[in-house]
Amino acid sequence: MTQVIVNGLYLGAQYALIALGLTLIFALMNVLNFAHGQMYVFGGFITYTVYGQLHLPFVVALACSGVTLAIIGALFERFLFRTVIRRSVRDESTMLLAAGTAFFLDAVILLLFGEKQRGVPKIVNGVLNVDWLIIPYDKIIVGVIALVLIASFMAYMQFSRPGRAMRALAQDRVAAQLMGVNVDRYSMIGFALGAMLAGVVGGLLVAITGVNSGIGGPISIKAFLMVMIGGAGVVGGAIAGGFILGMLESVGLSVLHAYGDVTYLVIFAALMVFLSIRPNGLMGKPWG
Amino acid sequence: MIRKYSAVQSALIGASLLGLMATGAQAANTELKIGFVGVTSGPAAAWGTSNVRSMQTLAAQWNEAGGVKIGDRTYDIKIVTFDDQKDPKRAIAGMEKMAQEGIHYVVGPNVDDGAAAVRPVAEAKGIIYFPYAFPKALYTKPAANAVLGMVANYQSGPAIYKYLHDKRNVKTIAFVAANESDPLSQRDGGVAAANALGLQVVADKDTYQNDTRDFTPVLTPIVKLKPDLLVLSGVSPANAPLLIRAARELGYQGLLSTETAQDAKVLEEGAGELANGFISVGGASTPEIRSKAMDDFIARYTKMFGEYNDESNTKVYALQYIIDTLKANPKAIDDIAEYKKTIDGFSAPNPYVKGDKMLHYVGTTSFGQKRQLAVPLVVTEYKNGKFETLFVADVD
Repeated sequence: MTQVIVNGLYLGAQYALIALGLTLIFALMNVLNFAHGQMYVFGGFITYTVYGQLHLPFVVALACSGVTLAIIGALFERFLFRTVIRRSVRDESTMLLAAGTAFFLDAVILLLFGEKQRGVPKIVNGVLNVDWLIIPYDKIIVGVIALVLIASFMAYMQFSRPGRAMRALAQDRVAAQLMGVNVDRYSMIGFALGAMLAGVVGGLLVAITGVNSGIGGPISIKAFLMVMIGGAGVVGGAIAGGFILGMLESVGLSVLHAYGDVTYLVIFAALMVFLSIRPNGLMGKPWG
Repeated sequence: MIRKYSAVQSALIGASLLGLMATGAQAANTELKIGFVGVTSGPAAAWGTSNVRSMQTLAAQWNEAGGVKIGDRTYDIKIVTFDDQKDPKRAIAGMEKMAQEGIHYVVGPNVDDGAAAVRPVAEAKGIIYFPYAFPKALYTKPAANAVLGMVANYQSGPAIYKYLHDKRNVKTIAFVAANESDPLSQRDGGVAAANALGLQVVADKDTYQNDTRDFTPVLTPIVKLKPDLLVLSGVSPANAPLLIRAARELGYQGLLSTETAQDAKVLEEGAGELANGFISVGGASTPEIRSKAMDDFIARYTKMFGEYNDESNTKVYALQYIIDTLKANPKAIDDIAEYKKTIDGFSAPNPYVKGDKMLHYVGTTSFGQKRQLAVPLVVTEYKNGKFETLFVADVD
């Protein structure tokens, strides 16, 4: 059972990190970023290229992934989402735009990096193998880094000036503007930060799970699932959603494996019941 | 004088040009379009992409060498492609597009539901198609237009399990498959084959979502059963290294195998030395069996696309079979009934493997009629970045 719980915690940590960027962008701009998974994949391929092909240090590769995706996110916000939000009064317009950016990134990634699954050398070799637990050392390291990144992100949002401004934006965009918050600037920073998180976690996990050009969509769907569980636009909710989903997956696959692939059936059924009782998820919106 | 000379010269040049144009028109090869309908985007893009690129590589080689002579005419081969995105509805649209372009021979689709979906269109529009899908109904009468492009799992599985039973003392076996139609049907076929051999099946219900990224939770309960052989039924090249790595890191000591084609580079990058000993299926894959023509094909493919894909060791065959069959009966270019007539007695040298292996159609044992390409059943074992031949067998 310890193995199952640790599997769930590890999955939860990586899921939570994936969901953070998505929920941040939703909180700030009310945009469901369908391209979040593609941004994750882009980050993974950049780390693959820098660390796996150019043989630069893993940390440098992660930084490249983060910076590149932050720039892409900022450009998307400045030239696409800001324009559409200004000109359109319908929320569906941003959703369609987000879907368009997802397809665009999918095509670009396939052209740039090809169709093959890619992987990089392990960042640390070896497996911790004790009576009650088997876990590779690289997973422990990635899990710890994920937790550190989550804590750093929360601290940044809580204590930094941009973090406070973004929280104000999330709570009430008009009020924040009236209080002198530069809405355009912090929307762009928020979008860039969300995209950067996707890129960093994609880079981080390429060392464990590799990356291929087709996984962007499924990653986005899982991220939406976590955000729905925790409550859209709530940082704490995304983290809780990530850990809950990770644990449900791990326990379900262990307990229900004899019945075939029913784990996700059970998770989705439970989610439908849960959302009918708590439509805003565990923590609702806004985060506050 | 100058003006008169110029006029004569102009007339001569004009006549020469006209002559050249006429000669050129006579010398220009006719275009022969061959279609591809399959998946070249999304999670399964690797399957279709290796198909398309194999076809494009062969076509480029042949066209550069002056074209392909079929009967009295020489043709340049043009590959017309359609990405069905692994969606049966799009596969139907793709097949209809091929029909509109007057194409009679189409490689693909890559998956079961797509191959089943296009059957009515292919039969109505006079198209012979070469799916990479295993349901027997596609190739058994009254179906007549589909020709299986590779070795099916119910043909390779029993051979692999028997070999491992005899040579590696495998007695217990477990299966894990993605929760999709192809892998699940391959798993069921594998379980039946294992039972027929008298192997003890210790797990046959474990499945995973195809988009799973961490397989540790999936494999934890299976590894505890300590099977001698863990079969990754119908595993995609993207998932194979992740499953292998997770199993080995959980302490699994037994053998791992699959009946699908894999790519050595992907295994090396994704699982490293943990993939050593992994058994899979190739076509003209290993250096010890492949011919110079296969080496040339690999070199050309690498030059055109930057990197070779080992899956193309099986996918090099479909276009070769189409062209060689048309050469055997040129009337089949516009008449698939002629093609079907030619299938039964067709035979031509296999250019991709050493020795005197022949290209011919098989499938009588599995389908009751010859509706399968005789791709060599080459079972390989991965070792340190390369595939090594374990054994070679024939279908039928």
